[in-house]
Amino acid sequence: MRFALQTNKLVPAPLLLTSQDTLSISKITHLPVIPGNSSFVCNPELQKLLSGKQLLLDDLPFPLEEIQNHYENGMLSYRKGIETNGSTHECLRCGTKDPNWFASFPCSRCGEPCVYCRQCLMMGRVSSCTPLISWTGPVPAHEHSKNLLQWEGSLSEGQSEASRRVVHAIDEKKELLLWAVCGAGKTEVLFKGIEHSLAQGGRVCIATPRTDVVLELTPRLKAVFPHIEVASLYGGSEDRHKYAPLTISTTHQLLRFYRAFDTVIVDEVDAFPYSVDETLKYAVQQARKPDSSLIYLTATPSRKWQRDCRLGKRDYVTIPARYHRRPLPVPKFVWCGNWEKQLSKGRLPENILRWARQRLNEGKQALIFTPKIASMDKMLPLFRKLHPDIEAVHAEDPERKEKVMKMRSKEVPLLLTTTILERGVTFPNIDVAVLGAEDRIFTESALVQISGRVGRSAQFPTGDITFFHYGKTEEMLQAKKQIVAMNKEAETRGLIDG
Amino acid sequence: MNWFAFEHCLFCHGELKTAASWRSVFLKTEREYICGGCKNRLEPLKGDTCRICSKVLEAEFRKGNLCYDCIRWEENPHWSGLLTQNISLYHYNDFLKEIIARFKYRGDYVLARGFKPDIASAVKSMLFDCLVPIPLSPERQYERGFNQTEALILESGLQPTPLLSRIHTEKQSKKSRTDRIHLSQVFQMIPEKIPDINGKTILLFDDIYTTGSTLRHAAKILKENGAGSIYSLTLAR
Ligand SMILES: [Zn+2]
Ligand SMILES: [Zn+2]
Ligand SMILES: [Zn+2]
Ligand SMILES: [Zn+2]
Repeated sequence: MRFALQTNKLVPAPLLLTSQDTLSISKITHLPVIPGNSSFVCNPELQKLLSGKQLLLDDLPFPLEEIQNHYENGMLSYRKGIETNGSTHECLRCGTKDPNWFASFPCSRCGEPCVYCRQCLMMGRVSSCTPLISWTGPVPAHEHSKNLLQWEGSLSEGQSEASRRVVHAIDEKKELLLWAVCGAGKTEVLFKGIEHSLAQGGRVCIATPRTDVVLELTPRLKAVFPHIEVASLYGGSEDRHKYAPLTISTTHQLLRFYRAFDTVIVDEVDAFPYSVDETLKYAVQQARKPDSSLIYLTATPSRKWQRDCRLGKRDYVTIPARYHRRPLPVPKFVWCGNWEKQLSKGRLPENILRWARQRLNEGKQALIFTPKIASMDKMLPLFRKLHPDIEAVHAEDPERKEKVMKMRSKEVPLLLTTTILERGVTFPNIDVAVLGAEDRIFTESALVQISGRVGRSAQFPTGDITFFHYGKTEEMLQAKKQIVAMNKEAETRGLIDG
Repeated sequence: MNWFAFEHCLFCHGELKTAASWRSVFLKTEREYICGGCKNRLEPLKGDTCRICSKVLEAEFRKGNLCYDCIRWEENPHWSGLLTQNISLYHYNDFLKEIIARFKYRGDYVLARGFKPDIASAVKSMLFDCLVPIPLSPERQYERGFNQTEALILESGLQPTPLLSRIHTEKQSKKSRTDRIHLSQVFQMIPEKIPDINGKTILLFDDIYTTGSTLRHAAKILKENGAGSIYSLTLAR
């Protein structure tokens, strides 16, 4: 869209009554700031839709005149979608500056060559002439009372300490890393903090990279906050336009938010795609209010974050023990020679076969992680010689869900898997092996997560975790070190029983 | 010297590893825009195809070298002989559906360039005087920001000659086949262009051939205004 720059305001070209000079919004150096008119009566529907968001005109089902009227009364702002500096561009919605993500087209809206961002295209195209529209007026009020949290459960000692720290960080509007081992019960640790923020009239968001987690958390939080409206956001969800005090969102969907939240909780900071994707970090920064708290959750912080914690550069709290107060199973390293070469001759290393046979004889279920789909396909028939019901699963497997169900119902005695089952999925009583633990796909964090599959339930709190390898790697050593250190800390703090 | 140029595939954003051989350095062969994987997912229309519309013929729905749809068109005196031949490049499979949807509805303009080599070589083998894009209504074009057929022509390094404009603006997809076929008029000639087309061979360009109705409506108007024979080229069929 083109705009005329008049004294202290922009006027969209379609609303001009006389012919005037107009510009694409990206070419306007100083965008006017309009002070809010406190006597203006805004459209509550528009207010609800736009508060805490950055949307495109196409997302707003209101007449342009009405939107402009709100703008002229300081209720909303027009910002640039694309910032251009010479030959470099930045998308102000998703934050990308990577030239590979930009392209240009002869635009019918502004009549000029228009640069657009391909990275966040699926949320509606942002181009040079696209204004990003955000609410600057008063936000909708939501009722807040005490006793919002209706939860009867109790916290472990480790959880209680962490819960206090979360409340404190929310109070002080600070950042905090919550480093909780797999099986510590991190969701419950958030309840008090969320209640605290909501009770002060704050807006809270829990962001996670994976849609499954959004779907799993939504009913849990609705159950413990029965009087609070919860918006559940993922690609294609229906709550897209819902204004709610508590939002549970994929990190990707955060791109539509702008200065919305008093508390943002980011789950699985280490997990794909958050850790690799600068965009999502940008999204979190955009979505939180300038004065807000930010809580990161992880079982496996990156080495840089671990160092920052040790050096006191990052505020953090650990829950080093599981809810059931038993230590984390520590991985054993077993050399298995050049297993790929053996595999090419149709053989598996003898020690991994022995490991598998033992589990089958005892009737204990097991997961075996392997680095590549191709080699897993070769392994499956060899393992099936031990037991015909052994299965293999990978990310693109159309029967992935069925196979996991069969594992749950114990129809499958042993499941071969790529790293897709590294997190999220839990089976109550299993042993775990990694075959080819030296592969670079098995990072420290992946190996800690994989080890975390063992001994999850209070009923079966122990189990075996073995890394079969053809040469120890730094990642393997670091993973073991991290697990041992957590157990030690738990012991010192009296969080585990002998 | 670095013999490998790393770029990204326009369709999947995967890394594009182009081996710069001596041949491509000296003969300046066309650079690649899409990766081998994506290229393989585009299915060219091959084999026994309909003489008029290039649909792949199946035994039970054909008469000679024509498909049932074209037989119906040709039996109707109102439409018979209007469209000499349509060439379509690929099957409208799920992959192409997704790419075209991203291109057209999400507005990822640059995807057009991924089809450049195939469009350019198809056009090269055809004889015509003007290459005419199927137009959008002004409202639709403003909404999308560009006309997808014009984009495909331009990004293939060719020049579009706009001759038509749209009369009806309702969404075509909401109507049944019969409605679409019997809609009296969809296009009109741009008046100033009428003197230019007398006896000329026209190559119409559209993204998808569905029923053939859009192209035949365009052909009809062009013929009524003096054009010679009408061919068409579409990306998908
Ligand atoms: Zn972007
Ligand atoms: Zn534009
Ligand atoms: Zn590709
Ligand atoms: Zn046909």
